Amino acid sequence: MNDQRPIVIVVAIALVGVVLLTKLFLIQVADDSFLKRAERNAIQRVVDHPYRGLVYDRTGKIMVYNNPIFDLMVIPKEFSVGDTARFCELFQISKEQLIEGYNAAKKYSTVKPSPLIKQISTTDFARIQDYLIDYPGLFVMTRAVRSYPQPAASNALGYIGEISARQLERDSLNYYRQGDYVGLSGVEGYYEPELRGLKGVKYKMVNVRGVDKGAFKSGEYDTASIAGHNLTSTIHLELQEYGEMLMSGKRGSVVAIEPKTGEILAMISAPTYDPNLLTGAKFGENYLVLNRDESKPLFNRPIMAMYPPGSIFKVVQSLIGLQMGVLTPNTTYSCNRSLVACHNHPNPVNLFGAVKYSCNPYYHQAYRAMINREVSRNTFKDTEVGLDAWREYVLKFGLGGPLGIDLYNEKGGSIPASQYYDRIYGSGRWKYSTIYSLSIGQGEMMVTPLQMANLAAVFANKGYYYTPHLVKAVNGDPNKIPLKYRTKNDVGVDAHHFDLIQDAMAEAIYGTAARAAIKDIAIAGKTGTAQNPQGEDHSVFIAFAPKEDPQIAIAVYVENAGWGGRAAASTASLMIEKYLRGNITRPALQDYVLAGNFIY
Amino acid sequence: MTVRQEDLYINKIDWITILIYASLVILGWFNIYAAVYDGEAAKSIFDFSINSGKQLVWIGTAVLLITLIMVADHRLFENLSLVLYGIFLFFLLITPFFGKEINGQRAWFEIGAFRLQPAEFAKFATALALAKFMERPTFDLGQGKYQLQALAIIFIPVALIMLQPDTGTAMVYSAFFVMLYREGMPQRYYIFGLSFITISLLALGIENNIYIVLGVVVLVLALIWLGKKKWSRIIGFSVLGLLVIGYTYSLDYVVSKLPEHQQNRIMVLFNPDLDPLGVGWNVTQSKIAIGSGGLMGKGYLEGTQTKFDFVPEQHTDFIFCTLGEEFGWLGSFVVIFLFCALLIRLVFLAERQKNRFSRVYGYGVISILFFHFMINIAMTIGLFPVVGIPLPFISYGGSSLWSFTILLFIFIKLDSHRIQLLGRMS
Repeated sequence: MNDQRPIVIVVAIALVGVVLLTKLFLIQVADDSFLKRAERNAIQRVVDHPYRGLVYDRTGKIMVYNNPIFDLMVIPKEFSVGDTARFCELFQISKEQLIEGYNAAKKYSTVKPSPLIKQISTTDFARIQDYLIDYPGLFVMTRAVRSYPQPAASNALGYIGEISARQLERDSLNYYRQGDYVGLSGVEGYYEPELRGLKGVKYKMVNVRGVDKGAFKSGEYDTASIAGHNLTSTIHLELQEYGEMLMSGKRGSVVAIEPKTGEILAMISAPTYDPNLLTGAKFGENYLVLNRDESKPLFNRPIMAMYPPGSIFKVVQSLIGLQMGVLTPNTTYSCNRSLVACHNHPNPVNLFGAVKYSCNPYYHQAYRAMINREVSRNTFKDTEVGLDAWREYVLKFGLGGPLGIDLYNEKGGSIPASQYYDRIYGSGRWKYSTIYSLSIGQGEMMVTPLQMANLAAVFANKGYYYTPHLVKAVNGDPNKIPLKYRTKNDVGVDAHHFDLIQDAMAEAIYGTAARAAIKDIAIAGKTGTAQNPQGEDHSVFIAFAPKEDPQIAIAVYVENAGWGGRAAASTASLMIEKYLRGNITRPALQDYVLAGNFIY
Repeated sequence: MTVRQEDLYINKIDWITILIYASLVILGWFNIYAAVYDGEAAKSIFDFSINSGKQLVWIGTAVLLITLIMVADHRLFENLSLVLYGIFLFFLLITPFFGKEINGQRAWFEIGAFRLQPAEFAKFATALALAKFMERPTFDLGQGKYQLQALAIIFIPVALIMLQPDTGTAMVYSAFFVMLYREGMPQRYYIFGLSFITISLLALGIENNIYIVLGVVVLVLALIWLGKKKWSRIIGFSVLGLLVIGYTYSLDYVVSKLPEHQQNRIMVLFNPDLDPLGVGWNVTQSKIAIGSGGLMGKGYLEGTQTKFDFVPEQHTDFIFCTLGEEFGWLGSFVVIFLFCALLIRLVFLAERQKNRFSRVYGYGVISILFFHFMINIAMTIGLFPVVGIPLPFISYGGSSLWSFTILLFIFIKLDSHRIQLLGRMS
């Protein structure tokens, strides 16, 4: 009767064995999620943050460095204070601070470190260093914050801050983690990949209570961090600081470029701010204040502010006219003020005179000749074709679109094409009389101060430019900067056409911008006035010097300072002298500029 | 003549069983070392200040016990069976009053530095007592009277253990149903019992009782439809169906009346991710440790979950985690294979007994080992609620190692004398 029962029992035993082994197979072999959870349990990934690259100016002065700050950490379980009064004296904290910090640490974890005193300065750290050994459970954690020995060039250098959710999303290589610091603007932002270095990682094991249990597999998978590359900026720190001083109390921009290379010597955005404000623990608080500031110190004017180019654009018109063959040095037009307003000057003028005296009616007529080439009998059609052909010449000067500086958010200004007018007036319903303002750099065209400085460089170079940039070498190697900054851009105007222009600009100094003249330094320059419907016009001046072998090309914008010959020309002149001579021979002019306050 | 008898006796000892026993004990010892191993302050496996060193003492004394059992007269166990049963019932009776309280239980006697758990030893005493009772030629499990006698012998220690209270150990006694099955307990009890367990699991596992009700209704209708359409059958099945439905609903009520920690253990079984840091911690961490072992394991003493104390009770009830993590599925396979081989070998030994006392006792051993093996491993991988019972021969602990050793070796002793014990087979 019971003969089959032992067999049933054996089968049951075997069945239990099979069921257990099957379930074990499912969780051990078929499912690797448990392995991942085990790693999350016991293996902690500790990131070793690399040293961010430094930034030097073109003369080798340090502009940005990493300042170590120290947090005094406590592990409550190991910590023993001993004599409280002595401890407080040594570490210079009050008893209340000690108790509060210790309790907060204990609340977080008794075995994991938490900060007891935050941001100890280097000097304080040196003082307490020797005492640390007397206190088990205390140690110092070093962090680095960006620091600027001279509070200059803040908008050009930019700042670093915690990575945003959107940036994290875009990080396809999965390099960044929440809470990482990245360059958010300026050079810090553009050269983030060069500056950041490479994170190292250490895998350490922890037990169920989070206590450190040493390196995972004796550190076999650990990697050391690699410091970021140092950058050599094109900025001339002394010139930059001088420019910022001149521009203090004003609103505007100064951009100085070395014409032969496109290297930006100074890039001033006024009003500015102390870059040290946007580092360390106070970043958030200070950022809010700066961001709300009415004078917009965070707005990088040289690349983001746009103005009509004004009279300075007449130089471009002259060059295009010459290249097109519409103008010759001898082309003469009368100063017909019924066409457009002008000021008193000899009449009529040839091209040289037109540049020198900035004659409005001359360009009104010259521009008509450039636009209406009579390719079509229909004057509307003729204007349309002429405008677009002319625009091609203008774009080659680096206008009408971003130049491609090594900064993000560069604005490109605008040079209107025929479609622009078509949209406003309808196709075939506008002609030269609609667009004539363009002839004198007014109307629907916009340029940035950077583009203006680049124009000065083009005039200095007689027909070419290098895209302006702020970094000239990565880790001392000039070949590591992007190729576009090492590539010559030709503006498509023959070099010999520039001779007349340069001469006229050199003489113009003594006409419209007498204050800009420097003894023994030949400056070529051109004033401009950017019309401002909201108030006083903006004062604009571009120049390069020395005329025979240009070392510096500069554009100065001073907002609401009126006619360009005044504030802007004086500032540019001082900058040029400072750069070429290293000192200022005209303290009176400097005082005049410093006294100018055009913010209202 | 004496020499020849000695030869005979030694030759009859089942060395296969002893070999498997020794393998499991040694495996256990190494795993206990792994479970308490601390890479930073590594001590020798022989260090008496850690559990592996202590276990070595338990193993040594277990060898002593084996020697005693093997040299004792083979009739001693049968003769003393009821006395031993009585003694351990007495110990169980006084444990709740004199035992040391640990985790809300009074299950342990403390004698100097040693702790003993009477409930562990009561298992083999109960097995012996059952064997003694059932040895009688008239004993027939087909009859209700004898069924009740057998159940009474099992139930008395269970009731006493529940006073401690130690639910896990008490549950072990239900394992004797395996032995009773072999000895002729009517099959219908088992069919009923298994159905009952199945329905209970379904009722607890399926959140919405309406699905069970629907299932029962469909099943009853199908049974009625397929069989003869007699009124008695129709009424019978309908009543059965209603009983099942009623039971399903009453179970929820019963569970809600259980102590909270038992309720939680049941809930965690059906929903392992419920509260992984609280109630589910043990099972979650145990599964992580075992599951992270992979096919080959992380290597001896390389298990991170094991070394860093993620699984509580790892050297005792959760010792299988160490094994699963450091030796992987292959290690698990070896241990499960050894247990199955041992159990099947014991079935073979039991069946070759010529007298009923030995056979009943043999099946008692099988029942207890089977239950421990099955439930312990099932709980570490989340197939069964957490009950605090050790894995035989492997888990750390003197009481458990001693009691399992005594349990097993009395049977090996009886088996080696199976020729002498001829003739009293019913």
